[in-house]
Amino acid sequence: MNINTTKIISLLFFIFSAFYLYTAYQIQVFAFDENAPFNARTFPIYLGYAGLFFSGLKLILPDPNTIKVEHKNLEYKKTGILILIAIIYGATILKVGYFLTTSLFLFASYYFLGERRWILMFLLSFPFVAAFMYLLHGILDIYLRDPFLQSIGVMG
Amino acid sequence: MVVFGTIIGMLPGLGPMTAIALMIPITYGFDPATGLILMAGVYYGAVFGGSTSSILLNAPGVPGTVATSFDGYPMAQQGKAGKALAIAAWSSFAGGTLSAIYLLFMAPSLSKVSLSFRSPDYFALMILGLTAIAAFSSKGQFLKAMMMVVLGLMLASVGQDSLSDITRFTFNNMNLTDGISFVLVVMATFAMSEALTIILKRNDPTSAAKQVSLTELGSIKINKEERTKMYKTIPRSSVIGFLIGVLPGAGATIASFLAYGMERNVVSDEEKEKFGKGSVNGLSAPETANNAACSGSFVPMLTLGIPGSGTTAVMLGALLGFGVQPGPRLYMTNPEIFWSIIMSMYIGMVILLILNLPLIPYIARILAVPKNYLIPLILFFSVTGIYVMSFNNFDIYLMIGIAVVATFLRLYDFPMPPLILAFVLGGLMEENLRRSLLLSNGSWEFLWDRTLTACILVTTILIVVWHIYKTFKKKN
Repeated sequence: MNINTTKIISLLFFIFSAFYLYTAYQIQVFAFDENAPFNARTFPIYLGYAGLFFSGLKLILPDPNTIKVEHKNLEYKKTGILILIAIIYGATILKVGYFLTTSLFLFASYYFLGERRWILMFLLSFPFVAAFMYLLHGILDIYLRDPFLQSIGVMG
Repeated sequence: MVVFGTIIGMLPGLGPMTAIALMIPITYGFDPATGLILMAGVYYGAVFGGSTSSILLNAPGVPGTVATSFDGYPMAQQGKAGKALAIAAWSSFAGGTLSAIYLLFMAPSLSKVSLSFRSPDYFALMILGLTAIAAFSSKGQFLKAMMMVVLGLMLASVGQDSLSDITRFTFNNMNLTDGISFVLVVMATFAMSEALTIILKRNDPTSAAKQVSLTELGSIKINKEERTKMYKTIPRSSVIGFLIGVLPGAGATIASFLAYGMERNVVSDEEKEKFGKGSVNGLSAPETANNAACSGSFVPMLTLGIPGSGTTAVMLGALLGFGVQPGPRLYMTNPEIFWSIIMSMYIGMVILLILNLPLIPYIARILAVPKNYLIPLILFFSVTGIYVMSFNNFDIYLMIGIAVVATFLRLYDFPMPPLILAFVLGGLMEENLRRSLLLSNGSWEFLWDRTLTACILVTTILIVVWHIYKTFKKKN
């Protein structure tokens, strides 16, 4: 059997399905439901077996359409930074507020992707987010929690 | 919204599903009918936008417009880009209009027929839909697509069981008790993961747009001979497109290829020679069919509550979010939603024609926005969509996690539409299987007890057999 990344993904999916199936068997059902034709664990058990079946087939059958990815051509650094910025954005959005974190997220993302036109970067972050917030909060009446704007008295 | 959809659709890689997903946060403030009209407008715009990049840049924005580039791009190279765009626009308009008429007559009667559907039929129909989308969207990777179907169903099983309220796969995390949000999965697997893929692969979807010159488009006038050719092509391609669109899982891509192939077979030998070199029939047929298929894909969603494509799955999820349950009774319980979708299709087509055709060169220029701005804005819309829905950090982390996994899976050609369709259908599928098994006292005989159920299952088996046969034939 030729080992390639698709096979490794299939193996991981096989292990994941086995874990899912094990967890499905552990689902606690009501005593009167235990021997019912269908209870809360029935469908997940079928899914677990289906996962094992398809990933098992993918593992053992030959793979004529092998996908080759040139890892050296992939931009891992920028992608990683972008994901990290998104995580920081997610971590701070509730405490700091929508306006400031979103504007800073956009500004930082533009910067790390290589943009250096500061005025354009500013316009497409702070005023842009303010306008979008106005659209959501002011016009469409969608509530946006923002402790920062509340603390400076801009939002009620 | 049609223009917005056109812009997104023109960007290779960012198709109608991304365009609609990005619209979801905006629709929170709307009533269901308005929200759906907005999404339908974006959908049509995105499909038309895909045709524009196929013709001008030979870079189809969406798979459904690949066949458009076969004759559209050669025509553009001959200095007739404006004409090619006009033929595409008129064909799209005619295809969309005719299929909206078919839908107008077919949907209410199909709604009545679908009232006779029972749980086993629904269960079998969902199996058919999932198998079909896996077979058609997998590019020869059926098993990968089936793995994505199972993964989608597994994600849908997280949270409380709908009948007993027993929590499953939550690992004592309160944030998972209500299950994983549909919007979160769509945003993660499409909008966010597409943005990450663009960065990871160093693609620049906007670079090609910079090559478009306003002066090289030529006239958009269609002469009498070309019109005569289109009059013959449009009706037959619209029928093919609509019927293929109605089939679960098939959609615009197959419809456009089939229409192109059929058109090539029915035209004269002289015209056949022009195919691939800028044929009017060759351009008009796929364009008519892909728009007709878009309308056709609404039929199973509106009448059975089962989406026929990834895009309509996103729309179904949005409908469920509005508290509207599509299905045979939608026609009676929420006629305003039913009819507004059908009407919006037609209005969307008219706007497409009036607005987009003269604006195409300018829209193409707007696309020259660098990816350094485009990618953060897509991420911003994704995170905002989740934030305004839950005000919860956990959902944002979960979305980032799913997006990272989806990006990695995309690198190895694991298709995402089957995952979305399975995620949307997961709850309904379990509910119908539960009813069927309880009624048959745990026996699986319900699969062949009713003729309709058996027919649907036989169709599913035929699709699998046909797919295996095709794969073996290709290998040999």
